[in-house]
Amino acid sequence: MSFRDDHEIHKRRLGRNLGVAAVLIGFIVIVFGLTVVKVTRGDYEPENAVVSD
Amino acid sequence: MSDTYIDIEKESGEAGFGDYFALLKPRVMSLVVFTAAVGLLAAPGHVHPFVAFSAILFIAVGGGASGALNMWLDADIDRLMNRTRSRPIPAGKIEAEEAMALGVALSGFSVVMLGLASNWFSAGLLAFTIFFYVVVYTMWLKRWTPQNIVIGGAAGAFPPMIGWAVVTGGISVESLLMFTLIFMWTPPHFWALCLFMKSDYKNAGVPMLHVTHGRRATRNHIFVYTILLVLISVGVAFTNVGGPIYLITALVLNAFFLEGAVAIWCRDEQQASQDSYKREKAFFKLSLLYLFLIFGAILAEAVLVPYGLGGW
Repeated sequence: MSFRDDHEIHKRRLGRNLGVAAVLIGFIVIVFGLTVVKVTRGDYEPENAVVSD
Repeated sequence: MSDTYIDIEKESGEAGFGDYFALLKPRVMSLVVFTAAVGLLAAPGHVHPFVAFSAILFIAVGGGASGALNMWLDADIDRLMNRTRSRPIPAGKIEAEEAMALGVALSGFSVVMLGLASNWFSAGLLAFTIFFYVVVYTMWLKRWTPQNIVIGGAAGAFPPMIGWAVVTGGISVESLLMFTLIFMWTPPHFWALCLFMKSDYKNAGVPMLHVTHGRRATRNHIFVYTILLVLISVGVAFTNVGGPIYLITALVLNAFFLEGAVAIWCRDEQQASQDSYKREKAFFKLSLLYLFLIFGAILAEAVLVPYGLGGW
C-alpha cells in the first residue's frame, strides 16, 4: 500500500484549519486574560456591582 | 489525474487562511491599529495593558470586518480595476457570500467584545464606524458622488477617537482633532493615487473627482485640502496631545507636504505624463509617511510625559 503525496488543495485545507485553530486558541487566551484582569481589579466585587432589587 | 484535481479545486472553492485574512484588508488594518493605539495612549487616564491590547485588537477586527463587507459589495467594481483585480473575490478564491458572512460575523463579534473589554461608548463608536464605511461610503457615496472620498474618509478617521474613548469613555477636543487630521489627510492622499492610476476608476464607472471634474480640478482640490490639513495638523501642536516634538515634526512634514501639493497644482497632464507621474507618486508615498510620523509624534509626546519631556 502506498500513500500519495498531498495535493496542494490538502495543504491549503490544513493551513486553513491550523489558522482557525490558532484564532480560537487566541480568543480563549484573550477571554481568560480579560477575566483575570477584571476579577483582580475588583470589577465583580459586591460593592462595585450594579444590583437591582 | 491532475485535470481531476484542477476541477475539484475549482468547484470546491478551497481558499487558504491567507485568502480570508486578505479579505480583512491587512494594510488598512495596520493603519487602524496604529492610529487607534496612538489615540488610546495619548488619552488622559489609564487602562490595564491587557485591556488596551485587547481593545486595539477588537478595533482592528472591526476595521477588517468592514473591509470584508466592502469587498463583498464592491466585487463587481473590483473585477474591472487593475489595482483590485487580484483581491480574493474577483480572483475567484472566495465566494462573495462568504465574505459577507465573515464581515457580518466579525462586525458583531468585534463590537460586543470591545464593549465587554472596555466600555460601551467605544463599542458604539466602532459600530458606527463599520456602519459608516459599509453603508454610507460603500453602498451610497462611492457610486454616487465625486465627494465620496471626502465624506467617506470619516470612516478611516474614527479609530483614534475609538482608542481615546476606550480610556476616557467619551469624546474631547483632542480626539476630534485627531479625527479631523485623518479626515483632511484622506482626500489629498487618495486623489494623488487617482491621478496616476489613470483610467481604473473610469472603467469601473466610479465617479471619482478626476473622472467627473477632470484632472485639473483634482489637482486644485489636492492643493486646497493640503492647506486645510496643514492648518489642522499645526493646530494640534497647541492642544494637550501636542508639544515641542510634535510641533517640530508637524512643521517639517507640512513644509514637504505643502511643497508636494504646490508642485502637483502647478503641473498639467502633459508634464505629468512625460515623467510618468513622478511627483504624484512621490506625493502619495509622502502622504503615507506623513500620517505615520505625525501620529508617531503624538505618541512620542504621550510616552515621554512620565519622564517630564512630553507636552508643553
